[in-house]
Amino acid sequence: MSNLPIAKAITAGLEAAMTKDDRVLLMGEDIGQLGGVFRVTEGLKAKFGASRVMDTPLAESGIIGTAIGLALNGYRPVCEIQFDGFIFPAFNQITTQLAKLTNRLEGAGNLPIVIRVPYGGHIGAVEHHQESPEAYFAHTPGLKLVSPSTANDAYWMIQQAIESNDPVMFFEPKSKYWTKGEVSLNTPTHQLHKTVVAREGEHVTVLGHGAMVHVLLQAAGLAQSEGISLEVLDLRSLSPIDYLPILRSVSKTGRLVVAQEAPGFVSIGSEIAATVTEQAFYSLDAPVLRVSGFDVPFPPAKLEKLYLPDADRVLEAVDRALAF
Amino acid sequence: MEYPEPLSVLDAQGNYDPNRAPAELRPYLDELGLDKLKQFFADMYITRVFDKDASNLQRQGQLGLWIPSQGQEAVQVAAAYASRPDDYIFPAYREHAIARIRGIDPFDILRWLRGNTHGGWDPKKHNFHIYTVVIGAHALHATGYAMGINLDREKDPSVDKAVMVFYGDGATSQGDTNEAMIFAASYKTPQVFVVQNNQWAISVPVTVQSKTPIYLRAQGFGIPSWQIDGNDVMVSYALAKHALNSARNGGGPQFIEAVTYRQGAHTSSDDPTKYEDPEMRAEWLEKDPIKRLEIYLRAQGVEEEFFTALDAEAKEYAAGIRARLIALGAPETSTMFRNVYSEYHPVTEAQEKWLADYEASFEVEI
Ligand SMILES: Cc1ncc(C[n+]2csc(CCOP(=O)(O)OP(=O)(O)O)c2C)c(N)n1
Ligand SMILES: [Mg+2]
Repeated sequence: MSNLPIAKAITAGLEAAMTKDDRVLLMGEDIGQLGGVFRVTEGLKAKFGASRVMDTPLAESGIIGTAIGLALNGYRPVCEIQFDGFIFPAFNQITTQLAKLTNRLEGAGNLPIVIRVPYGGHIGAVEHHQESPEAYFAHTPGLKLVSPSTANDAYWMIQQAIESNDPVMFFEPKSKYWTKGEVSLNTPTHQLHKTVVAREGEHVTVLGHGAMVHVLLQAAGLAQSEGISLEVLDLRSLSPIDYLPILRSVSKTGRLVVAQEAPGFVSIGSEIAATVTEQAFYSLDAPVLRVSGFDVPFPPAKLEKLYLPDADRVLEAVDRALAF
Repeated sequence: MEYPEPLSVLDAQGNYDPNRAPAELRPYLDELGLDKLKQFFADMYITRVFDKDASNLQRQGQLGLWIPSQGQEAVQVAAAYASRPDDYIFPAYREHAIARIRGIDPFDILRWLRGNTHGGWDPKKHNFHIYTVVIGAHALHATGYAMGINLDREKDPSVDKAVMVFYGDGATSQGDTNEAMIFAASYKTPQVFVVQNNQWAISVPVTVQSKTPIYLRAQGFGIPSWQIDGNDVMVSYALAKHALNSARNGGGPQFIEAVTYRQGAHTSSDDPTKYEDPEMRAEWLEKDPIKRLEIYLRAQGVEEEFFTALDAEAKEYAAGIRARLIALGAPETSTMFRNVYSEYHPVTEAQEKWLADYEASFEVEI
């Protein structure tokens, strides 16, 4: 057991993966000498050398495109995109090449590449530094998406993502980088693509990933004082979605609220709402409700608190669900 | 601005003059005995006969699309023979001559353009990647692959493989090809960039892509570069070999602009009469790569017999591919769901099963 902030749990996970398999390489902007703008790769260049912790030229398409070539040559690159909003120069390489090459190769090759993306708001930063672009990638067959919310998951999920033989996009809740948690260093608690119950409850299921899980837990605490018991699910895997625990929880509570920082239109939350409605229609006592960012560009920092769903916005939806 | 003519040793009239090549290319030109040149000729000729027949197959409704390589065979055959079998090649989508020499059955290219597959072959078996349709995207894959060779070399200094990547004049405008050169220069990759400047990106002339000769741009990235007559198989071979050797011996990336001409349409869907100047076309047909090598070989005493036998061989070869293509059915429905991921995935598995059950529901029970 070790008590680590999420950022350092990822560092430790990367270090473990690199120690275990010398084909694992890190690539990205400022990740070597500086240790990354969030210091997630701090110390790794000193330990593994500049060939395995590469300060690349400043070109996101170049990073992902060359990572693909390295993977075709037997390496297992882990790429850091400096901030969520800067992934788009690599969009073409991710969607037309990385996501599809395994299919094109018809069994003659696969792409074990991890793309680490510090994502989400709550940090008061300038434009392009607070976004949640998950849905673009979840929409693309051939990719897998995960997002940890705890230090323990961060430590294990980054290693499991690196062990995956298929591309995994790893969304890191940057606002929670410095939130500490117990990390059990011996065995992983869960498989990579599993949704877990973060807090048991009776009346309404609330579901989210990454930093949102912390908001949901806060909401559950507030609700309890009003006699409402929320079951909090930590989605963990955004693609594929692990529906069994979600359906099991909904069959108990009859109510589901899905929360996310991203805009709600064509989002992960929309997808879950649709599927749960299809598959658990007779268990539901209320429509599945979504709590999302608004369908506007992420606002200037002074307005982010109004844009990002907080515990009160979650509870407002919980009240509506209970009113049915 | 006046720029020098592309490097050439075998002119359009079939005259060979090695003295026109710089000294460092001479040893490679000296490798080119008559047997080797006859082999080059045979590969160029067979590819062209196959290529023409593929165009016919498209007109006859057997292919959704054809991408002719006609006119560009010399630099392709030269580069293929200049490379070692363990050098890894990333083609664009017009490199049929290289594919054949690398052991790809051209039937597999046709399977792709008939709509049976998005790939066609196992790249590792041939050290020849599958074709990439998104212009320029594979240039980065080539550089990444070459970065991997450098890492291999750190563990085993005897590793001396190189990478070759092919793309067109239009592709030089893409960010990815430029980023590929930046990464290549930065990591000093063992890699040769080959741009086949065939004068056109569909209907857009090369002058829209670049106001300077394309090879000069590479020098701005710190990459040594040359411009050659890509219809001259001899200079193409010599330079490709020289560049590959420089790359594999620690010289870092190298860049070749092969000036050539796309004699056919961009693809079977294209209509060059809308944009191509007939005079320009006629001039370029005079510079045909196969014609000039034939003149040279005949002057060297190669007998008519060689040419007639080769023609018969090429036609038989193309006919064999044609017959197999016509007999080719549609792929299994389930292949759509396969290899989307290399590991188990609940969504593709469920959808594959759903479609199979749905299809089966239409089967009449007897
Ligand atoms: C990113 C992208 N944009 C557009 C196209 C459509 N397209 C296919 S080939 C082509 C022209 C390419 O020209 P060039 O690079 O000179 O190669 P050539 O076809 O002449 O061999 C275009 C525009 C594409 N395949 N990919
Ligand atoms: Mg062209």
